[in-house]
Amino acid sequence: MTYVANSLIERAAHVAAVAARHADSVDREGRFPHEARRALADARLFGAMIPKEHGGEGAALSDIAEICCQLAQACASTGMIYAMHQIKASSLIEHGAGAPWHEDFMRRVATEQLLLGSATTEGGIGGDLRNSICAVVTEGERFTLEKNATVISYGADADAILVTARRALEAASSDQVMVVLRKQDYTLEKTSGWDTLGMRGTCSDGYLLKSAGATAQVLPQPFAEIAAQSMLAMAHLLWSSLWFGIASSAFGKAQAFVRAEARRAPGKTPPGALRLAEAGEKLQVMRSTILDGLRRYEEAKAGGDDLGSMSFVLAMNNVKTAASQTMIEVVNLCLMICGIAGYKNDTPFSLGRELRDALSAPIMINNDRILSNSATLLLAHRVEQRLAV
Amino acid sequence: MNETLRRILAQHGKLAVDAASLGETDDLYAAGLTSFATVQLMLAIEDAFDIEIPDRLLNRRTFASLAALESCVAGLVGEKEPA
Repeated sequence: MTYVANSLIERAAHVAAVAARHADSVDREGRFPHEARRALADARLFGAMIPKEHGGEGAALSDIAEICCQLAQACASTGMIYAMHQIKASSLIEHGAGAPWHEDFMRRVATEQLLLGSATTEGGIGGDLRNSICAVVTEGERFTLEKNATVISYGADADAILVTARRALEAASSDQVMVVLRKQDYTLEKTSGWDTLGMRGTCSDGYLLKSAGATAQVLPQPFAEIAAQSMLAMAHLLWSSLWFGIASSAFGKAQAFVRAEARRAPGKTPPGALRLAEAGEKLQVMRSTILDGLRRYEEAKAGGDDLGSMSFVLAMNNVKTAASQTMIEVVNLCLMICGIAGYKNDTPFSLGRELRDALSAPIMINNDRILSNSATLLLAHRVEQRLAV
Repeated sequence: MNETLRRILAQHGKLAVDAASLGETDDLYAAGLTSFATVQLMLAIEDAFDIEIPDRLLNRRTFASLAALESCVAGLVGEKEPA
């Protein structure tokens, strides 16, 4: 509670220090970062984005992005868990306002510092979150819902899960809703594990989810709108922000390595310095791209038609594919710079964890899927040819 | 125009329901319209009416219902007519 008086960013820095201490064990053991989660709750950061009238702090997206970035510099899994929580929180905030059940639940998220998980992928769908097989089965004011969720990140440690499903048994596969399930509403039966190359602390196991609840728990707007108006943009922007954290962590190590070399041989520019310049250029492109995306989202939210337009979807798609790809390039360059010291797992310049974590980025909502979506949109949309905004 | 739009919708909309049974204001997204189908729909409409749908109209609202599509197309066809 002592941190509450401090700014969001100061509190995030404290949590990042905790996350950094445990990052290697989280990665090595593929375990959930319990220490960082406790620190996030103590720092009251889970409810940060929830509006003040519902018990939160009404933080701006740019602040949440900065927190993701700081956390990921210390522990990418912690950054990803926090980002995914906030993406779910945004669905509640943007689409639950006005619905008494959801407003009450938002207040609980803020006061009890609940961690929100997500079950959007399903066996038999092939990663396309805009289609569901499972359906909400309603009887009077109650429903039941069963989902073969092939991935629920930190499912075992979440306090609530937001689940997508078809609106009803007779609904089309794309006619989906999103349901908020509290821990007491569901059971999880583990169906697959999460022994992965990187992002090992997100513990994204697969589960058979069985749930029952009140129909008031279903978000009033169709999931199509939730996905289009907040979820996809939030995911692309917050993921990119934490990826920037990974890239800048790697860059920091590479820069320290080059400086150490320069000190050893004064008057000579070390061989890695040129690569560092190249990595610095990419880092700047990445940062500008993300900041521009954040600005565009805030502007679109403030008014106008932009959120539902093709050009907005394309812009967010481009932020995601560009940031994920550029991050990998930066980390690879840093590995070249640090050489064997970067390749080894036990030096101050070790880059194994950054590289393995980075490789998850083009796969999370596969870049090829996003590019083919953009390819379709470009059959219609004409790209901006002016430089002026 | 309504007939043509319904025909295009049946051909390119990939809807879960029969396009002929759609009400004027029925939500096309609820009927299963995806963003991919939206683009196919747009190309077919541009071809059929010899118009270009400008970027400012390429949003969810334009494709939300038959009525919305009709008013979009009517506006663009109107602009084309010599004054």
